[in-house]
Amino acid sequence: MFESILQTLVDALAVGSLYALIALGYTMVYGILKFINFAHSDVFVIGAWTSLSVVAFLAGWAWPEGNPVPWWAGVVALPCAMLACAMTGFVIERLAYKPLRGAPRLNVLITAIGVSLFLQNLGQLEFLFGTKPQRMPGLLPDVHVAKIGGIPGDLTRPPVNIHLVDVVGALTAVVLMIALDFLVFRTKFGRAMRAVSFSPSNASLMGINVDRVISYTFVMGAVLAAAAGFLFGQKYPGLNQPAAAIWVLLGLKAFVAAVVGGIGNIRGAMLGGILIGLLEFFSARYVSSGLKDLFVFALLIVVLLVRPGGILGSSATEKV
Amino acid sequence: MKGWMRAACAVSFLAAGLASVAHAQDSSPIKVGHYASMTGKEATFGQSTDQGIRLALKEINAAGGLNGRPIEVITYDTKGESKEAGTAVTRLVTSDKVVAVLGEVASSLSLAGGAVCQQYGVPMVSPSSTNPRVTQGRSMVSRVCFIDPFQGFVVAKFVRENLKLDRAAVLYDQGQAYSKGLRDEFKKHFTAMGGTIVADEAFTGGDQDFSAQLANIRSKSPQAIFVPGYYTDAGNVALQARRLGISKDIPLLGGDGWDSEQLGKIGGDAIEGSYYSNHYAPDQEGALVRAFVEKYKAEFGQTPDGLAALGYDAMQVLFDSMKRAKSLDGKDLAAAIAQTAGYKGVTGAITIDKNRDASKPAVMVQMRRNEAGDLGPAYVATIEP
Repeated sequence: MFESILQTLVDALAVGSLYALIALGYTMVYGILKFINFAHSDVFVIGAWTSLSVVAFLAGWAWPEGNPVPWWAGVVALPCAMLACAMTGFVIERLAYKPLRGAPRLNVLITAIGVSLFLQNLGQLEFLFGTKPQRMPGLLPDVHVAKIGGIPGDLTRPPVNIHLVDVVGALTAVVLMIALDFLVFRTKFGRAMRAVSFSPSNASLMGINVDRVISYTFVMGAVLAAAAGFLFGQKYPGLNQPAAAIWVLLGLKAFVAAVVGGIGNIRGAMLGGILIGLLEFFSARYVSSGLKDLFVFALLIVVLLVRPGGILGSSATEKV
Repeated sequence: MKGWMRAACAVSFLAAGLASVAHAQDSSPIKVGHYASMTGKEATFGQSTDQGIRLALKEINAAGGLNGRPIEVITYDTKGESKEAGTAVTRLVTSDKVVAVLGEVASSLSLAGGAVCQQYGVPMVSPSSTNPRVTQGRSMVSRVCFIDPFQGFVVAKFVRENLKLDRAAVLYDQGQAYSKGLRDEFKKHFTAMGGTIVADEAFTGGDQDFSAQLANIRSKSPQAIFVPGYYTDAGNVALQARRLGISKDIPLLGGDGWDSEQLGKIGGDAIEGSYYSNHYAPDQEGALVRAFVEKYKAEFGQTPDGLAALGYDAMQVLFDSMKRAKSLDGKDLAAAIAQTAGYKGVTGAITIDKNRDASKPAVMVQMRRNEAGDLGPAYVATIEP
């Protein structure tokens, strides 16, 4: 029982940190513009598929014999994915959202759905990512960092396995989150971001270039999504094609994580991501694998009823 | 100017009238529609099927078509979505005026397309939709493949009689009628044949992490795991099962939804040694199969999968029925299709039964490496109905 609980905890944290990375993008954009960027999950998909394309290209170019791809291919692929996503985030904001700055919020929301569909279909083009699912080459050796407990030979009591890929993934996520937290709460630019979030018009009067802050926010969210996409591809190497339903569901869960933690609140998004991961894994393991999504979305409803601002969000009722 | 236009119109109407008078010696193409997921999650399904149909079409037209009239196939993309399927078939029937429709692979899409065909009285032949409901209560709809209950039975029989295993676990997609149908039938037959289902776990289409389900399955120590679903999920399940320490001696089993060249690419070593039921195997005995595989390779540069073979057979059965039909009207053509008996197709002898389903054998294949080191399906056994 002990091993089983610990294993579930490890799996949940590994996935929860990915949710958290994606949730940050939703929450940052909401914090500043007060709208939900539905195209964010597609930026995440672009991150995952760009990483795959770069790694596959490196593998075919340097090791055509089919030797395992060395880990440093990831050091090349991750920045490439980040760059691709940063550019996508920047262009989306400039072309689709900026012209609607003064428009009713509903218009922006519908535009976001349109951008999402556009990116999904764009990704399916043969010269980009194509329509077939592909295998992401593993960059890390498939080894266990630690094995805890368990009775050798007894299949019903296997040891707790902590995989290298999970550790590296969770660490990368934590480092990025600390960096973001530092940026937002400890730097001048972070102060500008918070000021714009508080009141764009007042921030603008104080000499803050609001448009630039918004652009950078999109770029930062996209960079985090790219990292999440890369780590996701390492954890789940069989990447579904860019328009598959799985991406939408993943994005939706990350969005739920952002709302549960308190939308607009950066630390809330991290907490929400981990919470969703825990809930999902423990309910699947100990209640029913068929009902786990039910638990996730039930949590959303409960949070919205009891604490509409989210766990770490401001409890002030918003005037609509 | 106006008078000139009127004259031109009159002339063109006259020409059209003459053309219809000359109907008896018509050499205009006979249009057949095909709706398929050419893009989307199940894109390889639609593309393979379409290639199979195109190959059959090429042979039919090279041999002179139907009494000198060539056959033309119009393909519309469904993107793997039910509502797109309805739109595509409506377009084929109402604006392209096709005499018959081929499609779809996914049962949920065939159900949507079949409703339209039934409404307009146009015969439809599904190459590979295996859900029983596709043809039920629809006199215009038939198929050239076996149905889900049979596939569940085939896998259960194979596990019990060929592999001689007693304890099986199931991991299925609860959001897919196909996956659930296979799971229900497998459970029923496997238990009836004296086996035990030790674990019955579900996931929802879109899940990427199966570790909780697989951990539950592992704790019940099954001898085989049945994973009815599509190839991407199957590949991911295999990867995670092996990573979780479920040994390669415990094979995964699946149905025809596994049939794609991507399965080996995604699953890699983890899927090696696993089995699935299919409509045909490219390395199966028989002159028909060998000839088909050679022609397909020459045309498209790849080994045909089961869906390509079924697309080929669907087109051939339809053409065979056109030859036998009194006329190409919906009713006559549907009657001719229903009378198909013992047609020797690539996927076995096809007889359309009273439910307009095909009664035919299934094959079991195993994922093995060839001399070049590539993973692919290898023929293991034929299971008769």
